[in-house]
Amino acid sequence: MTINEIQDELISDFELFDEWESKYEYIIDLAKQFPPLEEQYKTEENIIKGCQSRVWLNAYMESDLLKFEADSDAIIVRGLVSMLVKVLSGHTPEEIASADLYFMERIGLHQHLAQTRSNGLAAMLKQMKAYGIAYQAKSVNQ
Amino acid sequence: MSPNSIIWVGYFSKIALMKTSLDIASIRNDFPILNEVINGKQLVYFDNAATTQKPRLVLDALSGYYEHYNANIHRGIHHLAEKATAAFEQTRKRMQSFVNAEFSEEIIFTYGTTDGINLVASTYGRKFLKEGDEVIISTMEHHSNIVPWQMLCEEKGCILKVIPIDDNGDLLMDEYEKLLTERTKFVSVVHVSNSLGTINPIKEIIEKAHAVGAKVLIDGAQASSHFHIDVQDLGCDFYALSLHKIYGPTGLGILYGKKDLLNAMPPYRGGGEMIKEVTFEKTTYNELPYKFEAGTPNIADVVAAKYALDYVDTLGKSNIATYENGLLKYATEAVSEIEGLKIIGKAKNKVSVLSFVIDGIHHQDIGVLLDQQGIAVRTGHHCTQPLMNRFNITGTSRASFAVYNTTEEIDLLIKGLHKVKRMLG
Ligand SMILES: Cc1ncc(COP(=O)(O)O)c(C=O)c1O
Repeated sequence: MTINEIQDELISDFELFDEWESKYEYIIDLAKQFPPLEEQYKTEENIIKGCQSRVWLNAYMESDLLKFEADSDAIIVRGLVSMLVKVLSGHTPEEIASADLYFMERIGLHQHLAQTRSNGLAAMLKQMKAYGIAYQAKSVNQ
Repeated sequence: MSPNSIIWVGYFSKIALMKTSLDIASIRNDFPILNEVINGKQLVYFDNAATTQKPRLVLDALSGYYEHYNANIHRGIHHLAEKATAAFEQTRKRMQSFVNAEFSEEIIFTYGTTDGINLVASTYGRKFLKEGDEVIISTMEHHSNIVPWQMLCEEKGCILKVIPIDDNGDLLMDEYEKLLTERTKFVSVVHVSNSLGTINPIKEIIEKAHAVGAKVLIDGAQASSHFHIDVQDLGCDFYALSLHKIYGPTGLGILYGKKDLLNAMPPYRGGGEMIKEVTFEKTTYNELPYKFEAGTPNIADVVAAKYALDYVDTLGKSNIATYENGLLKYATEAVSEIEGLKIIGKAKNKVSVLSFVIDGIHHQDIGVLLDQQGIAVRTGHHCTQPLMNRFNITGTSRASFAVYNTTEEIDLLIKGLHKVKRMLG
């Protein structure tokens, strides 16, 4: 599936919920199903410091595709992190670097990407794109 | 419109207040923001330790100033300039009586508590502290009463000492006494902790510091909205506070300092207003308080701040304290029923700040899910990271109450917390 197809799927999943409670319960469920990042990757280097919650992001290449694993110590952020990983992980660096992420806005969760939320999510997204750009440059140079 | 309209607004508002005393419903009506609807629910605002909301009286004073007598002060001789200058200086007098300073020139307008502390560290500290001297702060300081002293100590080769606390969040006064020596040159402690609510025994702290010849600054950011401040009775050398925490405008504070000390201190910032005469060879400085007020000050907010102080004094600080203590007691008992919830900060003397953690739940999740229910609390380290480290936590959720809060709102918080627990359980 393309990045946009995954985004559209998430948007339609969330259309089922008309109340904040069911929406957040779903995010909490996503967090619970999301595999935790192995301790060895929870390094200083992989940490994205938000003001309140911590987010870890690990990136690696696997047969031309850029993959992400991530985690957070706060549940809701973890659920949101799992969505970002679901949407962006496993695509080419070019696709990731140029992706237009609209699903958070459409689901009505864009406030979590605002910097004032200081949860590290905006910084994480920026970092994912930066990985995309970096690996893109690497493959061009090779 | 008559130029006096602002006075009328204040007048009517005051009559309403006097008639009702602490009629909370009518107090709530004075705060337009309390009608905001957040995520479909009426706002419950429990982040008062971060900043309090502003009564209509203050908002009207702000627009009244801009509509009727905006002018630069201390310079023009035209009507508006005189009127603005008079209003500005009136607030200084009002502030003087609010903290019971001996002289009005002991009141310096600043950007806030942070600015006041930096002023003292950069002027008094730079001039009078030298290598090997010691500065004492406490474990429960806000970053704004840590970092300026660290910067000073780094520059001057001074040593920063920290008063420890016990598990309830009370200062260990024995340990404080042990830290005091003839090397102690400055003590800077918080009157009331923003994270714990602890009211510190600052009078005793000040006396003991003076006994070894040290000067004392009190960070009064959290104290000034809750009870009466009397700097002469306390005997402190400096007292810093922020108006935005006393129902007043943002970005404005005062630094109280003893006159002889302020006179002995070098100026802080250079510029207009703070000078007597400038030539390229030499500048002589203006006298107090202007020596420390370089540039065009925050005139509008200073003018409006007076109305916030009037508001507080009309309600009566002891009435406010009694009511807020009632809210704190109610909330403390109510949250104690919640399984897994632990209160951080159980000092005997506390203001209406309730900080807590819940087993297995990150404070940020609590904040997000309460926000969905229209309840504003503060989560995180509250700019007191060393204090959080002392308790081995990364942060707390903090509900802090002001005079317009109600027990009904606390019930909503409790209901909200149960919902949070259910959702995350
Ligand atoms: C105890 C304490 N000190 C200092 C400050 C800093 O105040 P301001 O940000 O208004 O300078 C605060 C406010 O958060 C505080 O609670």
